[in-house]
Amino acid sequence: MKNRQRLSLFQIAWKNLARKKTRSFLTVVGIALATWVLISLFGFNSGYKNSLDRDIDNLGFQMLVVAKGCPYEAATLMLKGGTGLKYMNEDIVKLITREPEVESVTPMLMQVVFDPNKGQSGGLTAFLGIDPATFPRLKPGLSFKQGSWFTNPEAREVVMGYEAAELEQREVGDVYLIPEKEVELKVVGILNRSGTQDDGTIFLPLQTLQKIFGQEGQLTSVGIKVNKETNLPLFEEKMFKLPDVQVVSLTQVKTTIMTLVSTARILVLSIALIAILISIMGVINTVLMSVMERQKEIGILKALGALASDVFKLIWLETSLLCLLGGLLGAGLAVLTSSLTEYLIRQLLPFSPSGGLISIDARLILISITAVVLLGLLSGIYPAFRAARMRPLEAIRSEEE
Amino acid sequence: MTTTATIIEAFGIKKIYKRGAERVAAIDGLSLTLKEGEFLSIIGPSGSGKTTLLNILGCLDNPTSGKLAVGGITVHDNGRGLSESQLTRIRRQLFGYIFQNFYLIPTLTVLENVLVPFTFFKKRGAEKDVMAILKNLGLDKRAGHLPRELSGGEMQRVAIARALVNHPSVLLADEPTGNLDSERSREIGQVLRQLNEKEGLTIVLVTHNPELALSARRIMTLKDGKIVEEQARPEH
Ligand SMILES: Nc1ncnc2c1ncn2[C@@H]1O[C@H](COP(=O)(O)OP(=O)(O)O)[C@@H](O)[C@H]1O
Ligand SMILES: [Mg+2]
Repeated sequence: MKNRQRLSLFQIAWKNLARKKTRSFLTVVGIALATWVLISLFGFNSGYKNSLDRDIDNLGFQMLVVAKGCPYEAATLMLKGGTGLKYMNEDIVKLITREPEVESVTPMLMQVVFDPNKGQSGGLTAFLGIDPATFPRLKPGLSFKQGSWFTNPEAREVVMGYEAAELEQREVGDVYLIPEKEVELKVVGILNRSGTQDDGTIFLPLQTLQKIFGQEGQLTSVGIKVNKETNLPLFEEKMFKLPDVQVVSLTQVKTTIMTLVSTARILVLSIALIAILISIMGVINTVLMSVMERQKEIGILKALGALASDVFKLIWLETSLLCLLGGLLGAGLAVLTSSLTEYLIRQLLPFSPSGGLISIDARLILISITAVVLLGLLSGIYPAFRAARMRPLEAIRSEEE
Repeated sequence: MTTTATIIEAFGIKKIYKRGAERVAAIDGLSLTLKEGEFLSIIGPSGSGKTTLLNILGCLDNPTSGKLAVGGITVHDNGRGLSESQLTRIRRQLFGYIFQNFYLIPTLTVLENVLVPFTFFKKRGAEKDVMAILKNLGLDKRAGHLPRELSGGEMQRVAIARALVNHPSVLLADEPTGNLDSERSREIGQVLRQLNEKEGLTIVLVTHNPELALSARRIMTLKDGKIVEEQARPEH
């Protein structure tokens, strides 16, 4: 019979944990939950920022010029029932183009119509008139599910956002009627889902829309893309000097959103920290309890030749094992539930970018598990110290009772 | 004539316990010498100081006063002793211990329990004798079993094996049969006697069982912390 004639400290530690399975398991679950919150949180942190950056880059323009007092977001516009629209004259485009910082400019006209046939009690439909020459170049993020952009700047054609097309059940080649306006338009393209307000929008050539709604020469907004080297705040100030317009800088919007989000994040982070503290207390409690229960056994280990440092290592190893297991389980949970977490976060956030909100990578997992194990090592010090200090005599003594 | 080495030399050992204001001398000025190859049993009524004495001889406890040398090293001299880690190093070189409660680790198999001392300390070449030790104690077929699958007698034999794997100079046994019936007690007595006579193992056995005490060649009676009688086993 060939036997391994050696028993490692690790094996002893492992079997000690296996002795009280339920207790060890509950402790591991506590740590796992804390790790899960921690990883999801930091994953969210980087994921959200990346997605937001990408979304804003996909917008193509860093700045939007709108008439003074005009709501600039389609969502706000919808809420107001399309009544808040203010117009600017097309001449503004020339004024803006003159600025040396400007790379390209795209004029837009938004119109909102109440459609009594939409949904159960009617709804609002947003139309965006765009310049076929400049808009597609400024929005490289838009891609087609079917068809393509308009055939000419005055074509009686529409391109539908993903959701708009789904709602109206239109395909390329179908006819589209703007409610209340007796105009027949042809669907030439349907966009892929982008997760932005574009999904619900119906695009028309600018001139066509102006004509249909009797808004010739009028715009609601102008998108501006500036050169890479441009000092944005300085340029913004320049734009503010234009008459009767207001400037919405998307970097500004982004900062606002990030501030909002980071406030929420600090709150969640505090909760995570509390969760971690509690689970660490749980670890200390578990290990201390098992040390007290095994007082005699630890005494015997010492009588069998264990130095105080050996006992310290053993208890420390048990603590780290609990934390490592918890960390691994928590990381697994975080990865498995990331889409659920993402869904929940989307419900909570004022604005969610289209891309993944949570990005969990190997580095984050490694850092989190290391952090949890380090915390475990820290919390193991006291119980390990208590155990190491026990004298072998105590073990033998207590049997006299 | 060859002089056998002295392993334990105790002189004027006292151990005083404070019980409230009262001071109790559990060991009261006791001297003894233990030589290599001896088998000494210490008997006496409960509370006579047997355990206290064995713990002091085995360096698990410090005497209040007196002088104690083990393996040629002075570990205690009138109230001044070695540090706990120095004592550990001496203990694992010299002593193997067995107790009334066997203190096996319940989640480890017989073999694993016996290997535990090696996790902390291993004398050179000691591991190659493990199976022989188990076999000698009739445990070779039990190596893979857990303690709860064993009888009390077997558990104590596992504890003996565990105490022996590092080849101690002395085996110290405190009431090793206290939890066993008389049949198993006799068995343990035979095991100890055989270890002494065949392997030359030095043994100190503490018991209040007079029959078990007769396994030893030298029998000492303790009362109130003093040796009241010392005799050799009548040979037959
Ligand atoms: N830790 C202690 N504190 C106080 N008194 C003790 C302690 N340990 C033992 N004693 C006392 O010392 C005496 C000897 O005890 P002990 O060595 O256990 O005797 P035995 O093993 O022969 O039964 C007893 O009177 C006992 O009550
Ligand atoms: Mg006793």
